[in-house]
Amino acid sequence: MLFESLVLSGVLFAVGVAGVLLRRNAIVMFMCIELMLNAVNLSFVAISRYVGIEGQLFVIFVMTVAAAEAAVGLAIIISIFRHYESVDVRNFRLLRW
Amino acid sequence: MVGATLIDLVLPLAQEAVGAHEPGFVPFLPSWMILLPFLGFVLNGALAYLAPERRKLVSVVGPGVLGLAFVIAAVNLVLIARVHDAEPVLRSYWTWIEVGQLRIDAALQLDQLSMIMALVVTCVSFIIHIYSVGYMGEDPGYARYFAYLNLFVFFMLVLVLGASFPLMFIGWEGVGLCSYLLIGFWFRESAKAEAGQKAFIVNRIGDFGFLMAMFAMFAYLGTLDFQGVFEAAPRAFEYGGAAVTLITLFLFLGCTGKSAQIPLYVWLPDAMHGPTPVSALIHAATMVTAGVYLVARAGVLFALAPLSMNVVAVIGGATALFAGTIAVQQFDIKRVVAYSTISQLGYMFLAVGVGAYTAGIFHLGTHAFFKALLFMASGAVIHAMHHALEHAGEPAGEDVTQDMRNMGALKKYMPTTFKTAWVGALALAGVFPLAGFFSKDEIIWSVGARGQTVLWVVAIITAMLTAGYITRWLVMTFHGENRTGEKARGYLHEAAPIMVGALVVLAIGSVVTGWVNIPEALPLLPEFTWLHHFLHPSFAQAEHIIVEHMGEAAHASPVGGGEGMWALISTAAAIVVILFVFNALSGKKYLPAHEAKVPTGIWGLLYHKYYVDELYDLVIVRPFKWICMFSWRVIDQGLIDGVMVNGVGYTTRFGGWVISRFQTGYLGTYVLIIVLGVLIILGAVTL
Repeated sequence: MLFESLVLSGVLFAVGVAGVLLRRNAIVMFMCIELMLNAVNLSFVAISRYVGIEGQLFVIFVMTVAAAEAAVGLAIIISIFRHYESVDVRNFRLLRW
Repeated sequence: MVGATLIDLVLPLAQEAVGAHEPGFVPFLPSWMILLPFLGFVLNGALAYLAPERRKLVSVVGPGVLGLAFVIAAVNLVLIARVHDAEPVLRSYWTWIEVGQLRIDAALQLDQLSMIMALVVTCVSFIIHIYSVGYMGEDPGYARYFAYLNLFVFFMLVLVLGASFPLMFIGWEGVGLCSYLLIGFWFRESAKAEAGQKAFIVNRIGDFGFLMAMFAMFAYLGTLDFQGVFEAAPRAFEYGGAAVTLITLFLFLGCTGKSAQIPLYVWLPDAMHGPTPVSALIHAATMVTAGVYLVARAGVLFALAPLSMNVVAVIGGATALFAGTIAVQQFDIKRVVAYSTISQLGYMFLAVGVGAYTAGIFHLGTHAFFKALLFMASGAVIHAMHHALEHAGEPAGEDVTQDMRNMGALKKYMPTTFKTAWVGALALAGVFPLAGFFSKDEIIWSVGARGQTVLWVVAIITAMLTAGYITRWLVMTFHGENRTGEKARGYLHEAAPIMVGALVVLAIGSVVTGWVNIPEALPLLPEFTWLHHFLHPSFAQAEHIIVEHMGEAAHASPVGGGEGMWALISTAAAIVVILFVFNALSGKKYLPAHEAKVPTGIWGLLYHKYYVDELYDLVIVRPFKWICMFSWRVIDQGLIDGVMVNGVGYTTRFGGWVISRFQTGYLGTYVLIIVLGVLIILGAVTL
């Protein structure tokens, strides 16, 4: 079971990375980040079966942090949307050299 | 100050109470000898800032403190002279430096040598301070002048009374500083300021030698106190060994700087740009003799290094002859006397170089009087010339007022100066029974008795040269026809009474100071060779080493004849030279300076001082300037500023620019970089 779980986790993570790299929509990129987090969560849970309870414990923390991050991130996206009428990340590139 | 006084007053009483010390020499307030000039410096310095117009107060404070110091020095000399072979007294006031093994007290060594030096210094300083009241009376920097002069005497006394090499070095540097300040006293004229710098820079070379000698001494002996060093030296050093030779040669390098010997003498003639009393005090009577004092004080070390002794004697003899020849063809009234000073200092080194320490110190003392007298007579003449030319509305720059070709026949206008100048000149020429006769004769005799035939001949030739150039100086200044010019001639007058008074006192000194050491060969006074006996304890150790290794001095000159005979011959020779030069020159017509031609041939060589300044300029100063230019333009501006400082700046800016290109503002780029970074790290870890 471990192998299948880790493969699924790797695939999910890769999908998340690809989404962040390729998509321009901030909301979608955000969802892809969540996907990466959850891929990691999956591998934690899978490995915890062999190593110990700590993996599952860690997942709780990751979910908590992810929820907090989602709240902050969505707030930022909403304020950006209010400003630009769009959530395309190409629009906000003010912070550069 | 209070503390030092308490130590001076209470210590002898306390020692007496517990019976700690034998009845001997108890110094009388020695710290005040040093503190008084310092007090004068502080007061005059304050006046120079706060109330420079209070000239009367300055005139009282400046010479006054020196008068008191002189009285203390005289009392101490009488006290120490009353005790037969008095032991040196060390008066320690506080611990100055204490680092590891090194411990140096702020202590005074009061023995025969330091007391005689202190007396000469305070006596001549006192007279010159009084003369300065007249000479500098109208100068706007009057208070500043006396502040510097007092400070100089303070440092000079630290130099001669200090009980260790570092303390002596403090005085050594301090007098150098005051010399610099006073040469450049009229610093608004760039030639004078530059002369001060030259003196200071040339002296630094000598000071380097002094420092190296101290380092080496500490490395070998672990102490720098005079008594400690001289006790340990005969055991620690092998006779003629490399270590002691090196130390003494370094010490002598210091002497060549401070006492203007070959090769570092070049600063002294230029130092004549300072006020004339300064030339008399610092550059004739006291500071420049510090080197002779140093060799005499470190006599034990020099006695252990025969090679260094020879170097000292040869350099001294060479300088005496060399500077004596230059003096023959100088036209500046002060420069003749300045080269004469260098020559006479050479005599002193010749004496201490053959181990005749008493003769060296004796000549130091007599020379202080007659050379100060000659300088101050020159000063009176320059003063008169300056006033006369100024009143006549003619240019009165230094080059005009000091050129002897513009003088002549001044005996009519300045009779007392004229007479005292003759006394000084005869004393310098070594005519019996003036001071120079006894001291110079003793030197020539000691050199001959030590078997240094070449140096002995050099000394005799120099003595005749001395008589020659100083007669020329007298004739050009005071005899013959007046060349000052019709208009200015009417304004020539005798110097102020206070200056003339100082001249007369010095003239008396130039006569009688020689009588303190009348040789046994000429039993003129019931007590002969008093100075020799008096100074014996200070030099006994060094003389003992010399006699042990080189034997007793001979009792005949290299070509036979006793001391009395040669004394007669030399004084006769001096008189013959004086008469010859006087007759040859008094009929000669000199042209005023602006009409005269520059001498050529052999006279030109002497007039241009053997082109030594030009040689130094070519060999040392210019290459040094090139090196400085290279260091400045290439190394400093190019390498350090350009490549290193600005280079680092440019590189950082360029690097920053390159890296900033990655900060595009596109989220995608950042993510890509993060992912790539993670992949690289993962790759590195797994591989």
